[in-house]
Formats: sequence, structure tokens, C-alpha cells
Amino acid sequence: MIHSLFLINCSGDIFLEKHWKSVVSQSVCDYFFEAQEKAADVENVPPVISTPHHYLISIYRDKLFFVSVIQTEVPPLFVIEFLHRVADTFQDYFGECSEAAIKDNVVIVYELLEEMLDNGFPLATESNILKELIKPPTILRSVVNSITGSSNVGDTLPTGQLSNIPWRRAGVKYTNNEAYFDVIEEIDAIIDKSGSTVFAEIQGVIDACIKLSGMPDLSLSFMNPRLLDDVSFHPCIRFKRWESERVLSFIPPDGNFRLISYRVSSQNLVAIPVYVKHSISFKENSSCGRFDITIGPKQNMGKTIEGITVTVHMPKVVLNMNLTPTQGSYTFDPVTKVLTWDVGKITPQKLPSLKGLVNLQSGAPKPEENPSLNIQFKIQQLAISGLKVNRLDMYGEKYKPFKGVKYITKAGKFQVRT
Amino acid sequence: MTDSKYFTTTKKGEIFELKAELNSDKKEKKKEAVKKVIASMTVGKDVSALFPDVVNCMQTDNLELKKLVYLYLMNYAKSQPDMAIMAVNTFVKDCEDPNPLIRALAVRTMGCIRVDKITEYLCEPLRKCLKDEDPYVRKTAAVCVAKLHDINAQLVEDQGFLDTLKDLISDSNPMVVANAVAALSEIAESHPSSNLLDLNPQSINKLLTALNECTEWGQIFILDCLANYMPKDDREAQSICERVTPRLSHANSAVVLSAVKVLMKFMEMLSKDLDYYGTLLKKLAPPLVTLLSAEPELQYVALRNINLIVQKRPEILKHEMKVFFVKYNDPIYVKLEKLDIMIRLASQANIAQVLAELKEYATEVDVDFVRKAVRAIGRCAIKVEQSAERCVSTLLDLIQTKVNYVVQEAIVVIKDIFRKYPNKYESVIATLCENLDSLDEPEARAAMIWIVGEYAERIDNADELLESFLEGFHDESTQVQLQLLTAIVKLFLKKPTETQELVQQVLSLATQDSDNPDLRDRGYIYWRLLSTDPVAAKEVVLAEKPLISEETDLIEPTLLDELICYIGTLASVYHKPPSAFVEGSRGVVHKSLPPRTGSSESAESPEAAPTGAPPSEQPAVIPAQGDLLGDLLNLDLGPPVSGPPMTTASVQMGAVDLLGGGLDSLMGGTNFAAPPAGTMPATLSAPIGGGLGDLFDLTSGVGTLSGSYVAPKAVWLPAMKAKGLEISGTFTRQVGSISMDLLLTNKALQVMSDFAIQFNRNSFGLAPAAPLQVHAPLSPNQTVEISLPLNTVGSVMKMDPLNNLQVAVKNNIDVFYFSTLYPLHILFVEDGKMERQMFLATWKDIPNENEAQFQIKDCPLNAEAVSSKLQGSNIFTIAKRNVEGQDMLYQSLKLTNGIWVLAELRIQPGNPNFTLSLKCRAPEVSQHVYQAYETVLKN
Repeated sequence: MIHSLFLINCSGDIFLEKHWKSVVSQSVCDYFFEAQEKAADVENVPPVISTPHHYLISIYRDKLFFVSVIQTEVPPLFVIEFLHRVADTFQDYFGECSEAAIKDNVVIVYELLEEMLDNGFPLATESNILKELIKPPTILRSVVNSITGSSNVGDTLPTGQLSNIPWRRAGVKYTNNEAYFDVIEEIDAIIDKSGSTVFAEIQGVIDACIKLSGMPDLSLSFMNPRLLDDVSFHPCIRFKRWESERVLSFIPPDGNFRLISYRVSSQNLVAIPVYVKHSISFKENSSCGRFDITIGPKQNMGKTIEGITVTVHMPKVVLNMNLTPTQGSYTFDPVTKVLTWDVGKITPQKLPSLKGLVNLQSGAPKPEENPSLNIQFKIQQLAISGLKVNRLDMYGEKYKPFKGVKYITKAGKFQVRT
Repeated sequence: MTDSKYFTTTKKGEIFELKAELNSDKKEKKKEAVKKVIASMTVGKDVSALFPDVVNCMQTDNLELKKLVYLYLMNYAKSQPDMAIMAVNTFVKDCEDPNPLIRALAVRTMGCIRVDKITEYLCEPLRKCLKDEDPYVRKTAAVCVAKLHDINAQLVEDQGFLDTLKDLISDSNPMVVANAVAALSEIAESHPSSNLLDLNPQSINKLLTALNECTEWGQIFILDCLANYMPKDDREAQSICERVTPRLSHANSAVVLSAVKVLMKFMEMLSKDLDYYGTLLKKLAPPLVTLLSAEPELQYVALRNINLIVQKRPEILKHEMKVFFVKYNDPIYVKLEKLDIMIRLASQANIAQVLAELKEYATEVDVDFVRKAVRAIGRCAIKVEQSAERCVSTLLDLIQTKVNYVVQEAIVVIKDIFRKYPNKYESVIATLCENLDSLDEPEARAAMIWIVGEYAERIDNADELLESFLEGFHDESTQVQLQLLTAIVKLFLKKPTETQELVQQVLSLATQDSDNPDLRDRGYIYWRLLSTDPVAAKEVVLAEKPLISEETDLIEPTLLDELICYIGTLASVYHKPPSAFVEGSRGVVHKSLPPRTGSSESAESPEAAPTGAPPSEQPAVIPAQGDLLGDLLNLDLGPPVSGPPMTTASVQMGAVDLLGGGLDSLMGGTNFAAPPAGTMPATLSAPIGGGLGDLFDLTSGVGTLSGSYVAPKAVWLPAMKAKGLEISGTFTRQVGSISMDLLLTNKALQVMSDFAIQFNRNSFGLAPAAPLQVHAPLSPNQTVEISLPLNTVGSVMKMDPLNNLQVAVKNNIDVFYFSTLYPLHILFVEDGKMERQMFLATWKDIPNENEAQFQIKDCPLNAEAVSSKLQGSNIFTIAKRNVEGQDMLYQSLKLTNGIWVLAELRIQPGNPNFTLSLKCRAPEVSQHVYQAYETVLKN
């Protein structure tokens, strides 16, 4: 099971350590630093590293490494999932998961870690339960605490801890009862040089924000549930109901949570909302090249595509770029060689384009590879897969809640090869 | 107000200041001080000097302060054991607190203090907490048993905590069950033989119920525990699978992968004809694909596991190729894994897409990735024949880029392509030769040299090329040196006139100036071969090589099966069994997949090979000698070449003297994917290692001479399927009694005892006439030979095939099942000689449609010899006639169940093919009687 945890920042300082069994010396992290050095890029550090006596399993999140030490055969996914859960919890408690936030709340962090894991076994990882055990810091509470001398540690057994619905605490009360659902879909795609789709799929999630009193029992149904054939559920969902009726039936956790995530992969269902015309060329034996890209709408279902950003990792030999955008603004970082073009909205009358010259290091051979374009965009009020919520019913409570559904489509890993 | 203030220090010295604050009267100040102490601890500062002061703060009703002090205690108790004792009273008192939260906290913290004196006091409170009315306390206590076991295993056993823990598996609260399982699993890991998790259908049912209700982490523990269970039949396996499949939709990827493990393992027991089998296969794909949309770290672990899964059951993901396409911003470790799986899934149907992708990758920036992509193109060519041409032209395009590492990789894979498709793509050699100078890596140089040597007759300046390599002979790596030696010898044999000098030079370099024994030995062999018999040398060195197999880096099947049992664990990430790397795993139990129970399957599996005929794997065990040597001399290009099968090891021992160290270099690092026997043509007749032939004869001549023919013993139950017990055996019939001769070998690490055997009902009512007598326990690596007398009075059930026998063997470890085919002639009784008159009458009496005709081929015996040989196995000749120059033998035999079989055997002098006509009232036995004839006559 999980032995110890080290938090390491990007400059290689170990700024927090927690041991659940015997103390493991910090020096074990040297193996991690070694691997980090070898990997060159922080994102390329392998997640599982073996050392003579331990295994290091790490994740990289929000510019921090969460490095756990294990000594026996343990499912690595279990460790990785747990580490992500730790990061999520920090995010949830402190609003951000950063070195500063953790250092500012080091005692709470320590209490949380102790509460989340016992002897390496996960104990309480649900945010509801944790918040009953250890109250999240607020300015008001710290003022009150310092006056009254009360603490921010709960002294009764959390109610959800042992019930069949550990994710919900009893006695929730709201004056405004509301239930909101966000259907968020991300398009992952690889588009080849000629503009045809090599690979495309939709990663969708339904995030919920539920503020309902008591023990509401919700059922959410869809107009076209058949789209959802590859789904992962929050534990609160009754799997049998879904199997038999294709209805999501659940007693929700309190607050924000991810209800389901799903994947739509059959190619004909994945519409590609934008196209890119591009011509990037480098001349042999001269220190310049041409760069010209234009973006236009494709299958956008009549909605406006907004928030478009194009990022390009230019080859190493590129020194500078001299471009003119017809719309938006661009930046080129000559150190990282990243070109970012903030386009904004597409207006079909005048398609945005960016063209100009590329300055290459003189004397260097012309680059072999052409850069890929990474595209970000957003479409409001549309789930590109066509998924639509039919209705939301509530049982078990008498009041009438406010209900709302929002749809949004975004680009996920959307790449255009040139 | 933030906690960062706790990190500020003053000039007076931090410790001094904290000490003063800790002893303050004000509660609030005390708490602040403890927080400062904790803050220092989190960054690894030593604040152990404050131990007594902090412990003094423990007696408080403020829960936060209490928790903080506990945190401190856990960290430093070990360094101050005497002081820690001061805390014991408070702990014991807290364990009686009315608030379950405090009871649980106390027992939890106490378990974390790794001090012997404290653990002594822990036992009583722990015992109470394990039976606490509050499930929260029970669940905490369950984990505490595991902690205590880690500190003092003996104490836990003496106090009977393990039994209490086992009882908790039946607890009413699912969380308690999950924690009990987790604790037991952890304890069991350090005691592999303790049978702590002795699962039976009842406990499995309880676990499955708890599975639906406990937390995600609990589900992981329960699923991992379920995976160790061995269902008794396919029906049970299916019902467990049905209850586990909903877990595939869980949001926690660890739960998903653990569920996949259970399903992959139990699927092994389901018959492939079952509808459910197909459904299950379909259900497995989406969750695996979904794992790939998670965070990169999760993807990596998932990909390593998918790599195993596609090797075991490629059908699951065969339509999902596209999800493995690489995105340019994937981390490198994900990219490399994806590439590996793409090649494994490549098939004729998708090869065009795959190649287009690979070509794209070959122009990426990352060197490691590009190299692997180039190599992948070569592997595609080898795997999918239709694509070979396109792959070769893609590789040539890449060579044109002149990017150094791309060229080198391309040459290495082109060499493999030549090996796979000889005489097809040699036109590209010229292009390859142009790049000779840019090669600086040993593997690429060795590959190029191999190509030049192999195709020396087509390359005009082959001698110049090789000579240029020879100049720096001593600076080359061994791989290149060995290759150069072989290549020059090949060249000499092809163009003897111009290259005499060159070969002299390389032989003297290899034999006289080298310290490397492999190189020297090989040099001497060539030298001697060339000097004694150049013709033989030519036949040996220029022998036709076996083609390389399609998949070159598959995991060995036994290891793969073991790894499938470890899906989701570290072993699956490293693709090594846990025994190979996990520290402190004292004698890890090897896990193995359950045997398939569907009867149609068992007959096909190799361990149930018919014993009447010589074991079918024999040809694979003894490759033609010439080939073996041919391999040794020609193939040392490292991993992508499939070496001689592992099973030849014992045979090669005979050749070791001749070949010396060269053998080791070949065996090392080679991937022992045994090529099918058919790919080893016996093209060479060079009589090298004449002693080997004698060795082979020995293996087949084991049968005894008296009584009926006895087949050599075949392995019926391989050790890996029976937790280390290997059973081989055969059937004999001597003076009227049938017996089963068994050889039990213990290949496990523990002693085996309490053997027993049982037969399933079978066609002829075969049953053990006495219990299985193994007098002493079988210690590791010991073999015992037993003859088990059989009778034919057992209950009868018709089997398919007729002579199928299903056997169960029990020992102290488990019960194992296997099935075998017995030769029918053990059932031929001694009084099977019919009266002549009777024979004639019966022959006429049996309707003609019951007559079956067979050909017995290649039997060089005459009628006399046939007759006497058959008589030895109770097939009696009643009459002999000579019709038109042919000998007709009329024979009869009787089976133990009274069935008579009449035979007419036609033998033409000079023709080794006999015709056998059989007549019997039960025509289904004819086929097996014929086989018995074959077996008896040919041995």
C-alpha cells in the first residue's frame, strides 16, 4: 500500500512529506530527480520508477509532482487515482492546487492526508465526508475560531461515512433548491494534411451542481440515450436502472460532482466544426519560409464558433516569425518556439487568416518535420454528439427545485497535421 | 491568516521558543505551537526534541489538538520509545470513549506507533474494537490488524486476530468487509502459503454482495481478492463474471482494471462457443478504450496492461486501432506504448492506415519515438505479408532523408525483412550500401555486415566493403565482430578465389588476437570446418535458414498467462512476474490461469495428447541437427530473431562441447518464441555431432518388452497448471491387469502430501483398483514413480472421444483436473481368441455397414512378424490364407466389456501398406481399434 508521499515543485524542492507507515528518507526522491533529468521535459517523467527498495509512482498536476513511495505489489492505477484524488481535494479546499496554497494551509493538508489514508489504505476520500471531518478554511471561520477557541475539526462521526450512500451527508438544507447540469463535450481529433479526418471521438461529461435539501432521489432521462454506449458512472448511479431503462437514477452528492463521463467514437457521429487551410513551407538553402493559415467553419450546426486559439510548436531552427493576422492577435515565443494565435470568433463573411514570413537560423538545414497545429474552440449551447436531456424528476422530497441544463462543446486534443 | 507564518523563525532558536509555547497555559497558544511543530515536520525538519512537551498536550478534549498530537506521535514515537510509553494510558482510555470517532482514532493511531512496548498494550483494545458495535470502529480495527502484523506477525497469530479478521468477511457492513479483505490480502502477501483468504462459494457470494455497496477503494480490494479465486466450473465462473461486469462502468480506472483482470481470468474457463463469451468480449473493449482518455499517467499503466491483453486476446480490441494513434502532445512514455500496441493490432484490414500513421511519426522530433516508428514499419512488413512491399518502399524513402538514426534503424529492420522474405527485395541492397559510412551503432553495423555476407554474390565489391570493416576489428563490439567473422567466411565460400587472404586475416584476428571466448570458439570452428571439408563447410555455413516468425517480441505464453493474473499490478507494468522484482515477497505463489472446463476444448489442449501415439511434440523437441548448427552459426543478430526452441536445451547439451561458449551468446537475450516444427526443414545432412543421434534413440525406446506395447510417458498435467505438480504417465497392460504408470514431480517450493486420485465416469468403466499410494510427502524437486492398478468395473458413461479419460488428482494444495486419451489395446483381454467356426458365423452375422476399412501405411513387417507382434497385445490370429499372392490374416480381439472385434488384415509382400477391415457390433470402437493396430505395429 502507499507508504509515503512527497510533494515536489518544478524547481525540485521537496516541500511536503507525509508518511503513513515508517518514515522513508527524502533521499529516495533522488531516483525521481534522476528520471526527471533524463526526461528533459517535466511532462515526460515516467509515472512508475523502480528503485532498489521502493517504487515511486508519481503524477504531474498543476506544476507539482505528487510522488508516492510504495514497497509492496500494489495496483499502480490505484495509487495514481488516489494521488489525483488528493490533488482534487486540495483544489476543492483551497480553490487552487499550488505550492503556495498548500504551504499556506500546511496543517490542514496534513490533517487531510491523515484522514484520507490509514496505513496506506484509503479511508475517506469523498469530499463530503472530509468536509465534515475537517472544515475548509474560510476567512470568517478563522476569525470566529480565534475568538471562540473552537476548532475546524469536526468531532462527530461523519454521517455518510458508513451509510450505503457515503457520498451524501444527512441534514442538508438550502433555501433555494437548485439542480444544474452541464453537458460538456470535447472533440479529440487528428486531421491529416489533406483535411480528412484520421481519428475523431467525443469525450463527454455531465457535471452537476446540486444544491437540494434532504435526501432527493433524482432521475435524469435523455432524448437519445442510445448515444451513450460507453459510459463511466459516479458511484451514486443505480446501474441496474440504466441497464434496463436507460435512465440515470441517483441520490446525488451535495454540491459539485461529475455525474457521468462518456465517449462517442463512431466516426459518422463526430462532426468536425472547423477546417484549416494551411501552407507552411521552408525554402531549401535560404533562411526563410512562408506561413499561411486560414480557419473556416465546417459542420457547426448553425452555431457560432468562438474562443478560437491556434497553437503551433515551430521547429527548433525557426528564429522569428513576421505575420499579419486579419483578426485577433498573435505571439511567438522565440525561446519555446511556440506560436499562439488568439483568433476569437469566426464570422463566415470574412474568414480569419494569418500569413507572413518565417525567419530561420541561417545555415541550418531546412526542418524535416512540419509542425502540427493545435486548435482550441468553443461552441455554446450545443452538444456536438446531439445528446439532449429529456427531463429531470425528483422523488423523496416535496419542494420544487430549480432545474437547468447547459450544453457546451469544446475542442479537446484537436490537431491538424501540416 | 495562513499557516505559512509557522515557518518563520526567530533568532533565539526555534526549538527553544516552541518549547516555551507548548508549555503555555493558554489552550489557544498551545494549539498554535503544536501546529508550528507539525508544520516543521512536514518539510522534514527534526523536531523530535520537543517530544515530552508535545505529549503533554495530549490530554485534552479538543479533538483538533488531539489529532495534531497524534500526528506528531506517529512520526517520532520510534525515535523516543521510552517517552512514547507515556501516551499509552491516554490511548487505552480513548479506546473506551463513547464517541466512536475517538475510539477509532485511538486504535488507528496506536497501530501506527511502531514501538514494541506500545503494541503489547494494543492487543486488548484492538480485540474490543474488532467486535465494536459501531462499524466505523470495526473497519478501522481491521486495518489495524494489518499494521500490527507488519510490526509483530507472531503476536497477531498468537492472539487469534487472524481468525477474527476472517470472521469480519461475513460482516453485515460492506465497508468492514472491504477493509477486512484488504487487510487479509496484505497479510497474505507476506505469507504466501498461509491460505488466509480461503475462498469458497459462500464467501465469494458475500464478497460479491459487498462489492456493490462499498467504496471504490473497497471494490478494488474485493475485485483483486476475487481474482485469486478458482471457480469450480464454468457455470460458477460465468455467474461471477456477470456480477463483476457492471464495475466496468465505474469512474475509477483502478476499479475498471481490476474488474478486467477478474474477467480476463475467468473467461479462460468459459467455452468459446458460449454466447456469453462473445458478449463478454464485446463488453471489455469500451472500458479499456475509455482508460485512454484519462490523465497520461493512467493512460500509461492502462497501455501496459492493454499490451498484455491484446497478446492474450487480440479479438477484444481489433477494431479499435484508431484510439492508439499518437497525438503529438502525448508524453513520450505514452507514445512509445501506443506504438507497440498499434503493431500488435496491425492486420491486413488496417495496415494501410497504420503505415500512413507510422510514416507520419517517422518525421517527428523525438529521436526515441522516431526510431521506434521506423522499427515498427519493419515489423509491419514482417507481420502482414501483403504490406511488405509498401513497407520496404516507405523505408527506402526514409533512408533517402539521410537522417542518421533513421537510416540505421531502417537497415536493422530491412535485414529482418530479408530474413522473412528471401529473394524478394534484394534490389534495395545497392541503396543500403550507399549508407555504409554513416552507420555508427553496433546493431546497424552488424545488420549491414550480415546483409553484405548473405548476399555477397550480388554485391560486386563485397570484399572491399567487408575489408573496410575489418580495419577496426578490435574496436568493434562483439556483436559486430561475430557478424563480421561469419560474413567473411560466407564470402569466402561464395567467392573462394579472391578472398583467401581476407578469410585468413579474420580467422587469425578472431582466434589469436581476441580475448573473447565466443569469438575465438567460433573462429576455431570455422577454421577447422574450412580446413577439413570445404564442401561440408559450405553446407553448414550457407545452409538455408529457417524463416523468422511473424511476431518477434511476444511475451512467452506461460509468462503471459501468469501476467494476465496480475493485470493492474506493478507486474503488469514491468511485464515481469512479481517474484522477479518485488522485494520482500517471500516465495511468491505463482498464479496461473484456470484450465478451460468445456469438454470440446480439453481434447485439443496439448497436455491431453493421446498417449497411444508417441507424444506429438517430439519433432519440436529434436530439431534436425544440421539446422541447430546452422542456427548457431548464422543467427546472432539479437532479439528480433527467433532462436531455437527452449525445449532443445537438453539436446543441445550434447553439442555444447563442440560449440563452447558460442551457445551462450546465442541463448542470451534471444526471445524463445518456438517456431512451429514445420518451419525447420531438415535440409542439412552434415554429420556433425554424431553422438546426438544416439541420444535421440534413447528417448523413444523406453517401452518395456514384455506384455503389450507401452507408450512412453507423456506429460498429462504440466506444472504451471497445477501449482507446481507435474504429472506424466502412460498406460500398461501386463498379464491381464491394466495399470496407469505415473510420474509425479514436485516443481513447487513446498512439500506436497495427501495425494488422491479419482476418475470421471468413462466409456469402459476404468477406475482405480487401489488408492494412490505415495508413501512419503513429496519434497520440492523430487519425483516419484507410481503404478496405479486399474479395473474396469467403474461406472460407465460414453465419452467423446471414446477413449477420453478425465482424471482428478488431489494433494494438500489443491485439486487438479486433466484429461487424457488411453490407447484401446490396454482393454484387449487375454481370452480374445475366437473359435474358427464362431468367427465365420459372426463375420457373416454382422451387417456390412458395420465394416470399416483402414490403411496401415509404412509397416515393413511380414505376416509372421505382424501376427506375433499383435498377439503380444492380445490381438489373436485365427486363420491365415494366401489369396492371389496376398496374405490374409483373420483376427479377433475382445474388449473388457465383452465387445468382440473381428479383423481381416491384407498384407501384400513387398508393399509396406496393409489394408485392415474391421467388423464389430459397436462400430464406434473401430477407429480406436485401428489406432491400436497402428500403435502396436509401429512400435
